[in-house]
Amino acid sequence: MAARRPRPGRNLIIFFLGLAVVYGLTALSQAGVKPPEKPWRPALGLDLQGGTRITLTTDGTPSKENLEEARRIIDQRVNGSGVAEAAVTTQGGRNIVVEVPGKGADRDQLEETVKRQAQLRFRLVACSDFSQGPCAQSTGGLPGGLGRPGLDLSADGEPTDDPSTKATDAATGTADPSGTPEDGASSEAPADGAADGDGKAFTAEDAIAWARSPDEASIAEFGKYTCDEKGVLLNATDGKPADLEDDPDKPLVACSAPQKDRPSGKYLLSRSIIEGTELDGASAGTPQNGVGWQVNIEMGNDKKRANPKGSAGAASDFETVSRAFQGTQEQFAIVLDAVVISDPVMTAVITDGRSSITGDFTEQEALDLANSLKFGALPIKFDDKQTSVEEIGPSLAGNQLNAGLTAGAIGLVLVMLYCLFYYRGLGLVVVSSLFVAAAITYAMVLLLSETAGFTLTLPGIAGLIIAVGITADSFVIFFERIRDEMREGKSMRVAVETGWARARVTRVAANTVQILSALVLYIFATGAVKGFGFALGLTTLIDLAVLFWFTKPMVSWLAQFHAFNSGHKLSGLSKETLGMDVAKPRTASTGGGR
Amino acid sequence: MGRMSRLGNELYQGRKSINFVGKPWLFYGISALLVGLAVVVLFAKPLNMGVEFTGGTTLSVPVGDGNATQGNADDLREKVADSGIANAENPVVTTEGNESLTVQVENLTKDQRAEMSALIHEEFPQVDEGDITIQDIGPSWGQEVAKKAAIGVGIFLVLVVLFIWGYFREWRMSVAALIALIHDVMLTVGVYALSGFQVTPAAVTGLLAILGFSLYDTVVVFDKIKENTHQLRKNTQSYADAANLAVNQTLVRSINTSIVALIPIGAILYVSAVQLGASSLQDLALAQFVGMGVGVYSSVMLAPRVLVHLKMQETEVQIQARRAKAKQRALADRYASVPAAVDESPVGGGIDVDDPAELADEVEDAPAERTRPAVQQGAVGKGRNVPAPNRPVNESGSSGRKQPQRQSRSKRPKK
Repeated sequence: MAARRPRPGRNLIIFFLGLAVVYGLTALSQAGVKPPEKPWRPALGLDLQGGTRITLTTDGTPSKENLEEARRIIDQRVNGSGVAEAAVTTQGGRNIVVEVPGKGADRDQLEETVKRQAQLRFRLVACSDFSQGPCAQSTGGLPGGLGRPGLDLSADGEPTDDPSTKATDAATGTADPSGTPEDGASSEAPADGAADGDGKAFTAEDAIAWARSPDEASIAEFGKYTCDEKGVLLNATDGKPADLEDDPDKPLVACSAPQKDRPSGKYLLSRSIIEGTELDGASAGTPQNGVGWQVNIEMGNDKKRANPKGSAGAASDFETVSRAFQGTQEQFAIVLDAVVISDPVMTAVITDGRSSITGDFTEQEALDLANSLKFGALPIKFDDKQTSVEEIGPSLAGNQLNAGLTAGAIGLVLVMLYCLFYYRGLGLVVVSSLFVAAAITYAMVLLLSETAGFTLTLPGIAGLIIAVGITADSFVIFFERIRDEMREGKSMRVAVETGWARARVTRVAANTVQILSALVLYIFATGAVKGFGFALGLTTLIDLAVLFWFTKPMVSWLAQFHAFNSGHKLSGLSKETLGMDVAKPRTASTGGGR
Repeated sequence: MGRMSRLGNELYQGRKSINFVGKPWLFYGISALLVGLAVVVLFAKPLNMGVEFTGGTTLSVPVGDGNATQGNADDLREKVADSGIANAENPVVTTEGNESLTVQVENLTKDQRAEMSALIHEEFPQVDEGDITIQDIGPSWGQEVAKKAAIGVGIFLVLVVLFIWGYFREWRMSVAALIALIHDVMLTVGVYALSGFQVTPAAVTGLLAILGFSLYDTVVVFDKIKENTHQLRKNTQSYADAANLAVNQTLVRSINTSIVALIPIGAILYVSAVQLGASSLQDLALAQFVGMGVGVYSSVMLAPRVLVHLKMQETEVQIQARRAKAKQRALADRYASVPAAVDESPVGGGIDVDDPAELADEVEDAPAERTRPAVQQGAVGKGRNVPAPNRPVNESGSSGRKQPQRQSRSKRPKK
């Protein structure tokens, strides 16, 4: 408010325009609701509406620790955004049960996310169906360089997706916010690496050498398999799927995932030089040309996590490879769960350990993959044939929701009656403010159901009802301040402004505490607590918005009316209601009678 | 209607004053006793942790195609809950697809499993006891969640302590708020243990909400204290008086807030506990109801006391308190109608802040700070022996007392 004179009318108009915009957005989001879900209904959680239960059975019998570890990782994956309140439990010694709210969920995508082992490995390509390289005697290859996808690695990686990963100082090499920064990432071979299968130290240089001239046995192995159009590796002789073990210390034959412009192909890959465990972070974003989605990864340079043990850190290894391969047609491959998902060539030397995985990703796939990489690989494999996906009903009896809502409604009505009784005319402001706050909350919940997968559980609903108390408290503080100012002898119009100035400070300070608690709960907690923190923060912000842009202008506006500032009986600000009507003569017995 | 407001006005003007900052040790004693009781209850009757924390048993019941309806699930839930089988008091029954039901209960022994199977067979005769698969489920809220939540709470507390310290420029306020918070949480947990309700994620959520609310309420009260004690040197109040006046001035707000906040939760608690029986709704509502009530209590009765007690340890504040007292004496109304002394109490009636035992009793006349005398009939009650007016005076409310009237000279009384 630039002017000294309050302009309540203008503020109110702006506020209602804002409200209209929020509802417009909500209407847009509701238009995309698919048939099983009803529009203008918030998504309900597992306890109220049920959802989908996926039961996964492991291959063999894992140890208790591994099963628990897998449960934890899957929990993080399905609760990645943290407001859907999915439940993940272990069952018996071999099962993990995932329950996700909502029946309209894209089940295949969900199942994929849950089951994916997310073993990410970087291997070097010795030869493939697309470029013969050193395996010239292999058959059935395409002429080299045909249909090679666009190059997708660049050293000046100014990420286009998220402002937090600023392109770091490429000159100093490491871009490792959390690990141990080693300036000028050296790529010398370690003095004595861990023993690999043959008892020799193994470095990125060895892998490069191997990729340029693979041993005969591996080339022979490479000839034994073919890929079908889905990207499954088959034995060339009997056409059965060859379930090769994805051992990081051994070369691997793998297929690439089929893409739009290129069928699946077969690759001979070196042993792994970088493991998914060496990543510092992964995020989904759009590539620089702005088409489609990609997953950006950041490698750390933490020697402790390096693979194989004792080699240089991931970022250094990556730099070594990029120096060797830069400008050549040699490729490296990003292998996820033994499938090649990307096989770029190096266009520049990459010193900061940033790269990206491109492919035919939809936004959802990119987000899921980034999530999977971020939370790590599962220590166990699941048996595909024993996975069951079922719809489940709500876990609470049907009368609970209605009972809760009825109780909440009764409570609300009582609160409103009390405010009307106590604050008279100002009570009308309380009631209308509560309605407005409810309307905004409803719209936000709908919006977030659509965009962030927010689901309302019974505790969540109760939390929203409880927020009524906090919201009403802001009016109580404000009105009591106005009354105090009037007791000082100010007129109502002045009292509203001075009272507001003081109430505002109190309110913002008190709400900061609430927002702090909401933020911390959201960031540090998991599952249901996360959702609660989210709802708490949301209602607190809405409370502030309503107080600043609705309640205050309303009171200022009312203060212009004669009925209010003349101290009419029903205004709630008469001398009588302020308790200033009857003078209490100080009796002679004051002084505490001591 | 008028009474509450009038009380509000009197409290605001300082004409009526409840002592919220005196007798600290008495109230520490009361609070310590309550917290001690809560701890005793916790040991005597440990919290009853739910399936989400301890793991449990799940029974899968193939009821046949089309029989897995919500109605059947609800019936089975009632049946299991009323069966009296230990550890099966709070079953969760869901439909799975359209041909089986899943029952989740706490860990069952071998015998209890047999009982459960028999019970289910009784409910659905078409299901053989052998068809029911019984498996153990692990906790979905294991150590991991607890650890993370604990880290979150720890960080939150550190942040809030820093925030309060930064905002009020007073570390004592941080300490007082923290003590009030611990008091609130302990009492809430104690009452929860006493109720015997199962601890579900909903209850934990409710308890976490208490953290925020308790501090929030304390901040509101402290904000007023800060405002009143802002310029102590200029007035005749000691820190204790100013803080006490602040708590009195926010008392009406505290009462109103607790009413407004507790009504909806009370309604939920009543409906869920009386009509529905065990449910996550009841757990949450109980934790919230107790927590909010205690939170308002502690922000009025405990936090200001702790604050003033800490503050009064400072030499500077003590000196200021003495100065204020002296000033009060100097400014005391010499015409005040002093009651006949009942005991050897000093006539000044000021609060002797150096000695808590001598602090004022529950309701007494605190020195008025910003009082405006109300409009009165004559100077009665001012405690003066008023000389008879030598010319007629009449009403004008502007100064709060009668004023001489202007009259033409001819009308004035002859001297």
